[in-house]
Amino acid sequence: MNAPFYKYGLFGDDVSLVVAFIIGIGFGFFLERGGFGNGRKLAAQFYFNDLTVFKVMFTAIITAMIGIYYLSVIGWMDLSLVYLNPTYIVPQTIGGLLLGFGFVIGGYCPGTSCVSAATGKIDGMVYLLGIVFGIFIFGEIFPLVSNFYNSTPMGQITLSQLFNIPYGILVFAVVLMAIGGFAASEWAEKKLGNKIVGPEL
Amino acid sequence: MSSTSTEIQHGPKPYWNPYLSGIGLGLVLLLSYIIMGRGLGASGAFSTLVATGVSTIAPEHAKSNEFYNEYLSDTTKSPLKDWLVFEVLGVFVGGFISGALAGRIKKTVEKGPRISVSGRLFFAFIGGTMMGFGAKLARGCTSGQALTGGAVLNVGSWAFMLAVFGGAYMIAYFFRRQWK
Repeated sequence: MNAPFYKYGLFGDDVSLVVAFIIGIGFGFFLERGGFGNGRKLAAQFYFNDLTVFKVMFTAIITAMIGIYYLSVIGWMDLSLVYLNPTYIVPQTIGGLLLGFGFVIGGYCPGTSCVSAATGKIDGMVYLLGIVFGIFIFGEIFPLVSNFYNSTPMGQITLSQLFNIPYGILVFAVVLMAIGGFAASEWAEKKLGNKIVGPEL
Repeated sequence: MSSTSTEIQHGPKPYWNPYLSGIGLGLVLLLSYIIMGRGLGASGAFSTLVATGVSTIAPEHAKSNEFYNEYLSDTTKSPLKDWLVFEVLGVFVGGFISGALAGRIKKTVEKGPRISVSGRLFFAFIGGTMMGFGAKLARGCTSGQALTGGAVLNVGSWAFMLAVFGGAYMIAYFFRRQWK
């Protein structure tokens, strides 16, 4: 049996929806555990008071990255069957900037606002309505932005292919970078810290 | 009255250590790759919701729009029978379970001390709108791009992630009254 299981036909589309639901439960559970259902804690990242967003995100990224790397190196997981979102560098960078603005102004991102709403936060529920409205605007003006949306295509490409650096070396470099970032975060929190430990009561 | 260590702790439990929650999140992401060959997501589920809504109210209008059509192309099943829609339903349930276990379910508005509730909710809606629009332009959000693409070293995802942090730090100063 090799991974990814779904791609090897281990189960069909109906079972995949059950898998989706269970994976979602895990995703939501750990987001809430880390404090990601709390807009004040998320926004504190951008004032250097509480760098939990960076720490959780990069711990998650390097955990999954190392796992994927080793499973592919031992030949158990076929990376060519793993979905890679194609790169459109300029619209993705501009979209990212807009997301960053929305993050500071509203306090959440889409996944975290679901957790926020699920734990009773009214601001999270209103934020979700905003997301739906934003997507609706995008859909309605899509004919006007579709040229830009499809501009600067680079195809399905990884950093290792772009910079011609071996996959393993890049994984190692990202891990080192993350550890450096964690050390800097701990230092900054000691200097400027105002940690948010629980919801507003 | 001061509490002593022998007293039973009331009120919400503190959040987990960030590195522990991060490892948990990373293992869920890894599991998704192993089982499904794809990562996590969030904004995509809401695109399906919007496309389905528009198509219910104005079917011809939705059909003529390339963006909505992407979510409606398979006419053999309901568009809501979608992987991301079920995953996001799970996110709500998982968030609720974790919050309930820690005593953190409470009807409240998270905000800084210097802004009114209605002001905070106004900004929440504006921020959500920018996020929804931006996530569609970027073909994914913090889940679908940053986490999911970050772990497989996707070029667009890393550019996206730098832009998110850059954009947020760029304007944080001007919105400090909301949070501090």
